[in-house]
Amino acid sequence: MAGVVIIGAGHGGTQLAAGLRDEGYAGTIDLISADPDHPYHKPPLSKSFMKAEDAPLQPLRAPVFFADKDIRLHLGQTATGIDRAAKTVTLADGATLPYAALVLATGTEARRLTLPGHDLPGVHTLRTASDARALRGALPGVARVVVIGGGFIGLEAAAMLAGRGIAVTVAELAPRLLGRAASAEVAQAVAHELEALGVRVLTGVSVEAIEGEGRVAAVRLGTEVLAADLVIVGIGAVPVDGLARAADLTVENGVVVDAHLATSDPHIFALGDCASFPAPGNGRHMRLESVQNATDQARALAATLAGKPTAYGAVPWFWSDIGPMKLQIAGLIGAADEAITTHGADGRLKSVYHLAAGRLVAVETLNSAGEHMLARRLLTDGVTPPRDVLATGDAARIKAAWQDLTATA
Amino acid sequence: MTKITFIEPNGTRREIEAADGQSVMLAATGAGIDGISAECGGSCICATCHCLVIDAPQDLPEMEDTERDTLEFTSDAMQDNSRLTCQVEVTPALDGAVFQVVGH
Ligand SMILES: Cc1cc2nc3c(=O)[nH]c(=O)nc-3n(C[C@H](O)[C@H](O)[C@H](O)COP(=O)(O)OP(=O)(O)OC[C@H]3O[C@@H](n4cnc5c(N)ncnc54)[C@H](O)[C@@H]3O)c2cc1C
Repeated sequence: MAGVVIIGAGHGGTQLAAGLRDEGYAGTIDLISADPDHPYHKPPLSKSFMKAEDAPLQPLRAPVFFADKDIRLHLGQTATGIDRAAKTVTLADGATLPYAALVLATGTEARRLTLPGHDLPGVHTLRTASDARALRGALPGVARVVVIGGGFIGLEAAAMLAGRGIAVTVAELAPRLLGRAASAEVAQAVAHELEALGVRVLTGVSVEAIEGEGRVAAVRLGTEVLAADLVIVGIGAVPVDGLARAADLTVENGVVVDAHLATSDPHIFALGDCASFPAPGNGRHMRLESVQNATDQARALAATLAGKPTAYGAVPWFWSDIGPMKLQIAGLIGAADEAITTHGADGRLKSVYHLAAGRLVAVETLNSAGEHMLARRLLTDGVTPPRDVLATGDAARIKAAWQDLTATA
Repeated sequence: MTKITFIEPNGTRREIEAADGQSVMLAATGAGIDGISAECGGSCICATCHCLVIDAPQDLPEMEDTERDTLEFTSDAMQDNSRLTCQVEVTPALDGAVFQVVGH
């Protein structure tokens, strides 16, 4: 009998396979992975994996896990087509798999630069284990690196390379780092941290070309030419939605799903980086690229596919390690109209509480793990402590206020 | 190699041989111990590698602030013997230790 077929064995697909068994699903599970490496954690690729030559990939689940749980992992196999009428998936090797439920967990791929020189040897992107190995392997002898784009992955890599004694310049087109992913206050604190690590941060600069004879030698900006032995392009990611398009599913900034993560075909679902889902609250479609989003959506869908329909509605959270700085974000800053900032004893920014129409909607913290964990609980409970309490940035006082508010609620 | 025992959420006891120098979380997930999803991959953020130290031949090294804060405000109540195993290194001093998985 046909069971669940999952395309993509990243954070979302792997958690879904595990979650189905946790939920008691007893049918077949086929987990198809275009990536030839055993399923691994992606966040360390721009963090600890770059630090040491011999740092291994970190498995999402041990190989024995897949065997124990009777999950058929098809490594290095690309799904090439979906036949919705026959309810089958075709693989690159010609095999055809029938499905009762099909799940697209295909993630994102690096957005490509289209400038002159974008394909010179020495120009790297960083999304997969093989990207990370190629980058790490190219580092010996490299003295100068230019990172194009001031997003999380590029900034983490910049901090890591600076820590290895490499001269790093970040070139960002926008007037500040991190775009809409973080507030201006946090973006500035991150820029200061990078500068303290020795990274040169250029914002509001446009890259005109990557130059070099046979391999990269420089990055030409409007204003100056930056010498470079290696270039990392980190200008964002685009959803992998080709299979969904070819199968005529609704696609708009990712594969469009409803609150139960079903696409426009009720037998096909999508989750994680590639899915555009209705935001709990306002129902507007959005797409998030984070481990939390992929794994929590996988948990919800595992329950649904195991017979317990579950709408997705978790509070989003995210983290980034930029050198020694731990940035954590709970909630979505988008709609906020008021920000309360707190500072540590050293005068440095510690947290930003974002409110929309007086309600807490997001909290950014820097090296303040307790406040972050607490923020997730405040947001889950929909509780907004008084402004003067938030302004203390004192986790113990905020916790007391939260306990008061939930006790009386 | 250091012998560590885990008690999985369903009560199963499993002893593993862990290589020194890695984190207890990595040793556990590498051996397929149930209940530790280690969502953040060891960044001391998600608290899904939370375990209780049931037995340890020697005291474990003290927690750092980040681990303490993350545990203190996590939703699975922190106990006196709580640890985030991504922050505990496998060393010969752990030989014979027993961890109960709280996990997630
Ligand atoms: C370097 C790096 C650092 C990151 N750091 C952080 C961080 O600190 N915090 C955070 O929250 N998030 C971070 N992220 C983002 C996080 O890794 C993603 O949000 C998460 O991996 C999304 O999970 P997913 O399952 O949707 O997609 P992925 O994990 O990307 O998995 C998708 C998989 O689908 C496979 N696939 C695609 N098409 C096919 C096909 N046709 N057939 C078969 N297989 C296919 C791909 O090979 C891939 O393995 C980082 C990402 C990267 C790349």
